[in-house]
Amino acid sequence: MKPAPFFYHAPTSVDEAVALLQDLQEEDSKVLAGGQSLMPVLNMRLARVKHLIDINKLHDLDYIRPFDGGLAIGALTRHRMAEHSTDVATRAPLITEALPLVGDRQVRFRGTIGGSIAHADPVAELPTIALALDADLVVSKRGGSRTVPASEFFITFLTTAIEDDELLTEIRIPAPPAHSGHAFLELSRQLGTYAIVSAAAVVALDGGRISEARLALGGVGSTPIRALRAEESLRGQAPTIEAFTEAGRLASEATDPSADVHGSIEYRREMAAVYVRRALKVAAERAAVA
Amino acid sequence: MTEIMTRPPKVPVTVRVNGVGYERYVEPRKLLSDFIRQDVGLTGTHVGCEHGVCGACTVIVDGELVKSCLMLAVQAQGSEIMTVEGLAKGGELHPIQQAFHEHHGLQCGFCTPGMLLAALSLLEENPDPTEDEVKVGMDGNLCRCTGYYNIVDSIMAAAGKMK
Repeated sequence: MKPAPFFYHAPTSVDEAVALLQDLQEEDSKVLAGGQSLMPVLNMRLARVKHLIDINKLHDLDYIRPFDGGLAIGALTRHRMAEHSTDVATRAPLITEALPLVGDRQVRFRGTIGGSIAHADPVAELPTIALALDADLVVSKRGGSRTVPASEFFITFLTTAIEDDELLTEIRIPAPPAHSGHAFLELSRQLGTYAIVSAAAVVALDGGRISEARLALGGVGSTPIRALRAEESLRGQAPTIEAFTEAGRLASEATDPSADVHGSIEYRREMAAVYVRRALKVAAERAAVA
Repeated sequence: MTEIMTRPPKVPVTVRVNGVGYERYVEPRKLLSDFIRQDVGLTGTHVGCEHGVCGACTVIVDGELVKSCLMLAVQAQGSEIMTVEGLAKGGELHPIQQAFHEHHGLQCGFCTPGMLLAALSLLEENPDPTEDEVKVGMDGNLCRCTGYYNIVDSIMAAAGKMK
């Protein structure tokens, strides 16, 4: 229950960090951010690394700032900082709503927004939200950076589009649509545990009809899942419970859950429909008063 | 096949724990929890699950509540750490400790050091919590005796005294 030996690197700039990543890409290396997922894995020796690259000294990746009407969040921003940020609350309230459900107080003191997204656990809150919000993920390497849309970022369980010589540096969240509301709901055995099913919804209203809906689900596949057909079904509809129920059914069809001790495939599919319906209802109610 | 195994070198770690300075040389893989117990010699910080679930090893590092088994000692370089030993002053129990004593907030006592520090951090953030806020705020700490009611009572009582 102790990590196997590793060489420890603590770069103090992004340039230094990406240079290390490039130099060590043929070797077994791993980036350590808040450590709330990686450290347990190292402690239990489910993983061994030769080189641990600790990015906690990259203080210039710890920021939340307005960007293009939306938000830019530095990858090393701690959950707690985002949880209490008024910029996040006004420009990405879905994040504010979900963060209290992430881990526990200790986890949120250390855990980082970038770390959670790069870890890409399909039952975690932030990857699902990044997908629902059409976030852009900025990944940097020696000599440059590129932007990956969330829809192309999550490949499978714990696997993203980040290459071995790249570092996730920024999360960009577009401005919320006008007259929109949001909701994040999750089913979990207890507070702070991983979701069995989660649903993130954004609903925009125009003249009493749904002009845009965005829906993403967690816990029901190898990545967070965007429910595009369900979104399409809502466009132009009145925000009725019938429309939300139908969207829930369509969203459920897009899921590919696996069974475990917490729930069968059928249960997860059913709960996906229920949580989508409920999230849409809450989001639409909020949109109506936005 | 021979591969020369080079051992990662030990690194210096300088910290202040409960106001006292320490400098030790440790392997980079040394967890902060083990560092506090084995290298600093303060065994009040308990090691339970060693993977960030139980909260027994919770300490305060530069004002932040952390599970010390999920931090490397080398990451605490230059930090000010508070452990359970730093709560009582001059032989007087801290009000939170006194409240745990009076309200039977501990049974076997294993989770208590982490509970006390989590409670301190919570009350610093929210000096007048509701019972529900205490329950939610303490969700990172498990008590396997399941003495949660008395722990919540203790923290509510401490909040009243510390106001």
